[in-house]
Amino acid sequence: MTRIATLAAALLATAVFAPAAQAQDVAITNARLVIGDGSAPIDGGTVVVRGGKVVSAGAGGAPAGMSAIDARGAWVTPGLVAGFSRIGLVEIDAVEGSNDTGATRSPFNAAIDIAPALNPLGSAIAVNRAYGVTRALVYPGSSSGLFRGRGAVVDLGADRDMLTRGGVFQYVEFGERGAGQAGGSRAATFLTFRALLQEARDYARNPAAYDGRSKDSILLRADAEALARVIDGRDLLFVKADRAADILNVVKLKREFAGIRLVLVGAVEGWTVAREIEAAGVPVIAPALNDLPASFEQLAATQSNVGRMEDAGVTVAIGMVDDWDVHMIHYLTQYAGNLVGLERVPGAAGLSWDEAFATISSRPAEIAGMGDVIGSLRPGRVGDVVIWDGDPLELASRPVAVYIDGVAQPLATRQDRLRDRYATPSEGALPKAYDR
Amino acid sequence: MGPNITLRAGISLAVLAMLGGCATTAADTGDTASASDPAVKPPPFDTNPYPSTYRAYPGVPTAITNVTVFDGEGGRIDGGTVVFANGKIVAAGDAATPIPAGATVIDGTGRFVTPGIIDVHSHLGVYPSPGIDSTSDGNEATSPTTPEVWAEHSVWPQDPGFGRAMANGGITALQILPGSANLMGGRTVTLKNVPSRTVQGMKFPGAPYGMKMACGENPKRVYGGKGRMPSTRMGNFAVNRATWARALEYKRKVDAGKEVARDLANETLAGVLAGDILVHNHCYRADEMALVIDMAKEFGYKVTAFHHAVESYKVADLLAKNGVCSAMWADWWGFKLEAYDSVPENIALVQQAGACTIVHSDDANGIQRLNQEAAKALASGRRMGIAISDAEAWTWLSSNPAKALGIEQQTGSLTPGKMADIVLWNGNPFSVYTRPAKVWVDGALLFDASDPARRPVTDFELGQPGEGDVK
Repeated sequence: MTRIATLAAALLATAVFAPAAQAQDVAITNARLVIGDGSAPIDGGTVVVRGGKVVSAGAGGAPAGMSAIDARGAWVTPGLVAGFSRIGLVEIDAVEGSNDTGATRSPFNAAIDIAPALNPLGSAIAVNRAYGVTRALVYPGSSSGLFRGRGAVVDLGADRDMLTRGGVFQYVEFGERGAGQAGGSRAATFLTFRALLQEARDYARNPAAYDGRSKDSILLRADAEALARVIDGRDLLFVKADRAADILNVVKLKREFAGIRLVLVGAVEGWTVAREIEAAGVPVIAPALNDLPASFEQLAATQSNVGRMEDAGVTVAIGMVDDWDVHMIHYLTQYAGNLVGLERVPGAAGLSWDEAFATISSRPAEIAGMGDVIGSLRPGRVGDVVIWDGDPLELASRPVAVYIDGVAQPLATRQDRLRDRYATPSEGALPKAYDR
Repeated sequence: MGPNITLRAGISLAVLAMLGGCATTAADTGDTASASDPAVKPPPFDTNPYPSTYRAYPGVPTAITNVTVFDGEGGRIDGGTVVFANGKIVAAGDAATPIPAGATVIDGTGRFVTPGIIDVHSHLGVYPSPGIDSTSDGNEATSPTTPEVWAEHSVWPQDPGFGRAMANGGITALQILPGSANLMGGRTVTLKNVPSRTVQGMKFPGAPYGMKMACGENPKRVYGGKGRMPSTRMGNFAVNRATWARALEYKRKVDAGKEVARDLANETLAGVLAGDILVHNHCYRADEMALVIDMAKEFGYKVTAFHHAVESYKVADLLAKNGVCSAMWADWWGFKLEAYDSVPENIALVQQAGACTIVHSDDANGIQRLNQEAAKALASGRRMGIAISDAEAWTWLSSNPAKALGIEQQTGSLTPGKMADIVLWNGNPFSVYTRPAKVWVDGALLFDASDPARRPVTDFELGQPGEGDVK
């Protein structure tokens, strides 16, 4: 602990008082270095960040002339990437005015791009940053139609711009919720899906001639434009489906619409059809630990789902699907750790530590088509680096330093202020309101 | 979430959290005996009409050796031996502890033994899996005060969540509460975590009843939304106080030996006023806790525990002084305004103030990882300089919840003579990599990670995809 405390103090001097929003050229040496791509940690490793980007990461020391931070053997990893979140869209879930996840009364749906709703000063951003989350895939919530809108990849930096890349994917839910949205049955969901994409094709062939205002039209122009981006693969298509039969039907859509770039979300029963998912080359963003038959489309739920899909060769990331997707996306480390623990349970399928870490760093980045930009410490990626006070997947561990785009980040939160105010609960000479 | 919040569990975790209760009980922590005047005539009706039929399942005399022990009362033994037989703890001691002849000996090298975890806040059975309208039986949200309803009449024993809580979470006993739509949600029930055909077959023998209460946002939102009282926090208190006043009147009549018609609501409330029924009060905000403590004094009952007590750290001194437990999450926050001021040091700060500290779940997934929640809370406390040992932290999971449920004489620690409710972990249970290896309830081996035959499978899961799978 002393070693880490000293390190934290040293970092405080370099990091916290560094000018905000200015990328530092920095080398972190003598690290237990995790690249995040599923490879094993490198002891005595060094990561070098210049101009906000990783220039090298591996064994060896710092380049001559660079300011270096000696990690003294501490774990150093890429920042965590949340595969499923609504961070930035919500301050408090139940306070409607502060919650921009869904827009069920809008006439638009597929065209709704979450980007303008992002609030980089939301308190959940600072909290999750302090736990080492640096990037997140942000999904739209419910809408007036089957399609929910366009999701983005964001950063959790303490600055005014949190958008890393907007319009990354279109989000749609099949299964029970999709059926409800489509009028009541799964059959209607697939028909609606096809009809909407057909109409979007009509739009794409000749946008000027598209009559999105007639009574016969089932798509507004803006929504048609958004779905045209799905048909030709400019936007990824993220599809939530949990029941095995639904997953198989969704995977078949790839044959029907050759240009779509499909990603499965949820896939709670995915392990039962893992070979088919793998054969179709569809990656999955799954909840990590769902093991309850929470609905009739999740009867086969098991914590071994991720491990079994991984064993079948499916590319899997984990995310807070149907879970605390705003305030506690940092549970990713705990969940990944649990998947490692499963390896020791007879009959269960978990992940190796290296794979588990990849499911919360490089994998979600790759699935979002951004593996060359975020999610690992391979050269050329953004300088999102976390120095930890212990094994990052362990319950007692926390970051001692977080860099985003090479910028040292503040780690203090509103929660810290409350904690400090009430470290002694009884009031002193003045009320607590004066204590800050 | 957000705009879609309803009162059905299973839609979102935020909803579930809001449904969870915070109840406070009337007895001093650990005091479950009736305070009734012995001169008072017994009630002219059966006070235990749905009695427990639970009987311990057969076990064999067992000794676990070379194991690290958290005894549940703050003690730790390295290289220890734990012995149980006939359903009871015989000894938890060092390597010299005698092992009875013929006992099954399990080498616990590298592993840990603890008392089974007790969750004081669960809706398993009343909001079971699958979470559908047909099974949504946790909130009688038709009146703001329903002390007449009993959670045991809603519990579905076939909820697969019970088995998961045992296999992954090492849960051996738990309190099932009505939800928190109502100011007075009804009676709670404490269960042994054993599969059974009937809820009576799960009921913890001799456990006192609890009564669920809720303050704050939920009752005023539910009933204000229906255009009826309460629609404000002051309305919450007014309805509560009027109800307690009527209950006092009822109790006076009964105590005076007057004829009264059966009144299920007032029978529960009179039980609280007599100290026989423990109040478990869902309450997030510190200022509301202080008001509830005074309301309890006004009417002569006591609060046993505040549940979802995210702001306990602000009034930990008050809670210690009044002997009220806090049942808390490690780090849930932000799903509604009254959960906005949550801090991850809450649990450690309550412990530091000398108040009764409990880690609870309120969640069918969280109940599978309460040991991990305690580990996070412990680490947050240590990070701010609060010295708490691992073994002390285990009191948050077993002996303190046992006290809050009035079952501490029977379970919650490895004290000889107590029920052999025991978990053997495959490593340090405060590590994320650790899982239960074996779970005993009253000395009966009901889960064994290495034996698929010792894995409960509910009726609901028979013949379904994934039947009997590791979960």
